[in-house]
Amino acid sequence: MKGNEAIAHAAIRSGCDGYFGYPITPQSEVMETLMEIEPWKTTGMVVLQAESEVASINMVYGGAGCGKRVMTSSSSPGISLMQEGISYIACAELPCVIVNVMRGGPGLGTIQPSQADYFQSVKGGGHGDYRLITLAPNSVQEMADHTSLAFDLAFKYRTPVLLLADGAIGQMMEKVTLPPARPRRTEEEIRKECPWATLGKRHGQKGNVITSLALLAEEMEAQNLKLQAKYAEISTNEIRVEKYMCDDADYVVVAFGLCARICKNAVETARANGQKVGLLRPITLWPFPTEEIRGLAERTKGMLVVELSSGQMVEDVRLAANGKVDVQFYGRLGGIVPSPQEVTDALHKLMNH
Amino acid sequence: MNNEIAKPENLVYTKTPVLNDVPMHYCPGCSHGVVHKLIAEVIDEMGIQETAIGIAPVGCAVFAYKYIEIDWQQAAHGRAPALATAIKRLMPNKTVFTYQGDGDLAAIGTAETIHACNRGENIAIIFINNGIYGMTGGQMAPTTLEGMKTSTCPYGRNPEINGYPLNITKLVAELEGTRYVTRQAVHTVAAVRKAKKAIRKAFEYSMEGKGTSFVEIVSTCNSGWKLSPVQSNKWMEENMFKAYPLGDFKDR
Repeated sequence: MKGNEAIAHAAIRSGCDGYFGYPITPQSEVMETLMEIEPWKTTGMVVLQAESEVASINMVYGGAGCGKRVMTSSSSPGISLMQEGISYIACAELPCVIVNVMRGGPGLGTIQPSQADYFQSVKGGGHGDYRLITLAPNSVQEMADHTSLAFDLAFKYRTPVLLLADGAIGQMMEKVTLPPARPRRTEEEIRKECPWATLGKRHGQKGNVITSLALLAEEMEAQNLKLQAKYAEISTNEIRVEKYMCDDADYVVVAFGLCARICKNAVETARANGQKVGLLRPITLWPFPTEEIRGLAERTKGMLVVELSSGQMVEDVRLAANGKVDVQFYGRLGGIVPSPQEVTDALHKLMNH
Repeated sequence: MNNEIAKPENLVYTKTPVLNDVPMHYCPGCSHGVVHKLIAEVIDEMGIQETAIGIAPVGCAVFAYKYIEIDWQQAAHGRAPALATAIKRLMPNKTVFTYQGDGDLAAIGTAETIHACNRGENIAIIFINNGIYGMTGGQMAPTTLEGMKTSTCPYGRNPEINGYPLNITKLVAELEGTRYVTRQAVHTVAAVRKAKKAIRKAFEYSMEGKGTSFVEIVSTCNSGWKLSPVQSNKWMEENMFKAYPLGDFKDR
């Protein structure tokens, strides 16, 4: 099935309570699939087409505030519209899943795949000091697996989780094994897992309030420090990375998502020619695998970062490498996907530098 | 003096426990306090304190959650109907209501308001219309009257520059999704009683699954209007009620 369809199926099987979205290419199949399956007839999951991405993300806020497993999906311009809501959700510490099937920008841009929303995703696209756990699937299988994982991480840390794919991963068709089906939680189960949720005031207790407002600067600083402590914990526990032929590598290519698949092809070509090249694929873009890259930077001769952008993740790779090794960049923009040959050429340039 | 008044059988009024014992931040004479009390009383009388979920706006009523003792979510500016939509759809057995001012509901949140009403979400929307932005210090609202002075139309609202006052309640009454649309006020004892009945009806209707209930309360903002509370009520009757006449638009 398509990557976008896999997300829909995986969401239902993850015990998702509600999906709220607005159509935009190249991710509309997520809602289309859900509307065709009609999960409200089986699991009771709510699926609603909202009037805008602004409404979608705020519906997610409302549902998440009730401790429900809720999600939305969109593509780059729609995700831009959601940024205010995402900032509120991060501050109010609500768990939810947001899917961005990226397309080329800026502006209305194009519908072809892109990775140019990296900065927006990992540096906080909305206002204020916050982070999103950002998962970068590179296959239809990972679209399904990461949907399920995203819900788990969101609830483990009471934080929004972003699934950052691109138009190609969303549209491509591959075989997929769907995650095991989990039932939706009962209200009592939610009350136990999420004592902060607004499910109706408990008898004899104060009402729960979901808010991101603290007028006193001291209170707001305390809330910020609480968030930062949580982000530090996530950075310690949740870095995910795939390393391919890195152990003896003289040169390492760093790429995520679709680019990592193209680069893997180029790495295999290099190996076939006797060149010791490896691939490091960050699966979590935030938290970023800084230590892994630092380690490789200390013992390799060069790194090449390949992205569907003008060079965004390369900044984090250079920060991690900290000048220890030459870090070069190759990227295509606006929806163009590089061929493995282009990556091979970029590798030759790095090796001959 | 005798102590007759202290005898329980002579008790004629007591504050509902749903209204918290904390000083309100509202200006003296502001309508918010009265409307809060009415909502708290309705929640108490309907016995829904443990099943009601309120959505607070951005604006003067942002701290509604401090005063009415139920579960609350505080929404981004204008988005309360979107939150309420999701909460009600996910939990149809809860009483879900939004509490919004004119800037929140009729300017930045117009799309969310119209579409929640048009989908017929089974929620109650309480809309405080005082024709001004109170919290940010008295700027022009979508409902500011023609000629009315605010800090961003200091010479009076001029339709050629500022457009016309938005009668959003009339607009939502036209939508198929709304079941009950009414405009009330809380400036007299009689008006307070009528407004309370309207709020109760809206809350009851929201549990019957037949569409959105929308209660506008034409309100005073004496700080923003730069009038005393008494003058404000008079000004409201003479001016606001002309543009925003009280009464039911729809009840089906």
